[in-house]
Amino acid sequence: MSLLDYFKTSKASSASLAKERLQILVAHERSSRNQPSYLPQLQKELLEVIRKYINVEQDAISVNFEQNDTQETLELNIVLPDHQKTT
Amino acid sequence: MARIIVVTSGKGGVGKTTTSAAIAMGLAKKGHKTAVIDFDVGLRNLDLIMGCERRVVYDFVNVINGEATLNQALIRDKNCNLLYILPASQTRDKDALSQEGVGKILDELKKDFKYIVCDSPAGIEKGAHLAMYFADDAFIVTNPEVSSVRDSDRMLGILSSKSRRAEQNEEPIKEYLLLSRYSPDRVKLGEMLSVDDVQEILSLHLLGVIPESKSVLNASNSGTPVILDEKSDAGQAYADIVARYLGEDRPHRFIDDKQGLFGKLFGRK
Ligand SMILES: Nc1ncnc2c1ncn2[C@@H]1O[C@H](COP(=O)(O)OP(=O)(O)OP(=O)(O)O)[C@@H](O)[C@H]1O
Ligand SMILES: [Mg+2]
Repeated sequence: MSLLDYFKTSKASSASLAKERLQILVAHERSSRNQPSYLPQLQKELLEVIRKYINVEQDAISVNFEQNDTQETLELNIVLPDHQKTT
Repeated sequence: MARIIVVTSGKGGVGKTTTSAAIAMGLAKKGHKTAVIDFDVGLRNLDLIMGCERRVVYDFVNVINGEATLNQALIRDKNCNLLYILPASQTRDKDALSQEGVGKILDELKKDFKYIVCDSPAGIEKGAHLAMYFADDAFIVTNPEVSSVRDSDRMLGILSSKSRRAEQNEEPIKEYLLLSRYSPDRVKLGEMLSVDDVQEILSLHLLGVIPESKSVLNASNSGTPVILDEKSDAGQAYADIVARYLGEDRPHRFIDDKQGLFGKLFGRK
């Protein structure tokens, strides 16, 4: 690597970091934009029910809503605690 | 058919008023009768940028309330007789503008004008909502900076769901990206998001890049839209933008670092 390349790469970082952060954020915000408005409430109530039976973390459950031309899917993900912790 | 253009951004201070003044003047100079409306109720500024602040008698809210006619409130521009300015009210009453009132005035303007440019206030509150609600085209003014890009995307969401066209299931608002306060040399150093970066993130049609330019402050100091400063880079950028909007095919400028003698001699890419 030449000296010139060194300067180029070391300085290219702040804009590319901005781009990376924005891409993730915008993708996330766009997907939640099309979600039905009941989703956060649904997530909260589901969590309450599940916690009656299993001791899961506050963020152990995620609800994803996806939409394409033909169908809408609601995907529910629950991360169960490790075995050691439940016993 | 008249077209309503909203100049919007979400984030404040990115160059909406500068842009509204420039493109309204540009459209009028091209022979189209144009009105430019300041929607920033309580923080009127377009009058200063257009240099007509001392001629304001009636404002937008006066017309909505029936205290003045539209013709009494419209100010004819001193540089171009096809351009008219409708100033914002300085009232502190946030509810001074109503959807019905704004709709009526726009309908009336549409009979007489070819283009109606709406200078949106910052934010996503009532004023910004009303500025974009009736629009046919949206000019999204964005700075190459994280919070501005994010807010622009937020505004795109609002345009596609909360506008009249969206609510009535009509053809969606046409959205255009105007990337402003761009510094090619800083982009080259990796300090600033590039036009490609911003386009990739927002996936919007690029109408033009406006460079960071001293001429903008000069123009606002004297109260003449920067597009009239034909020698300036920002003025030329806005002239290109108006031409492209009207269908002319012009290559993009002000994206690359000024090619200095050194660059030319050594064939820099
Ligand atoms: N291309 C540019 N180069 C340099 N300065 C600029 C440029 N565009 C705008 N500015 C400056 O940025 C400031 C904000 O511009 P402007 O008032 O047009 O923004 P705005 O989006 O209308 O702000 P607000 O959200 O408060 O209504 C002004 O001081 C203006 O002179
Ligand atoms: Mg403004």
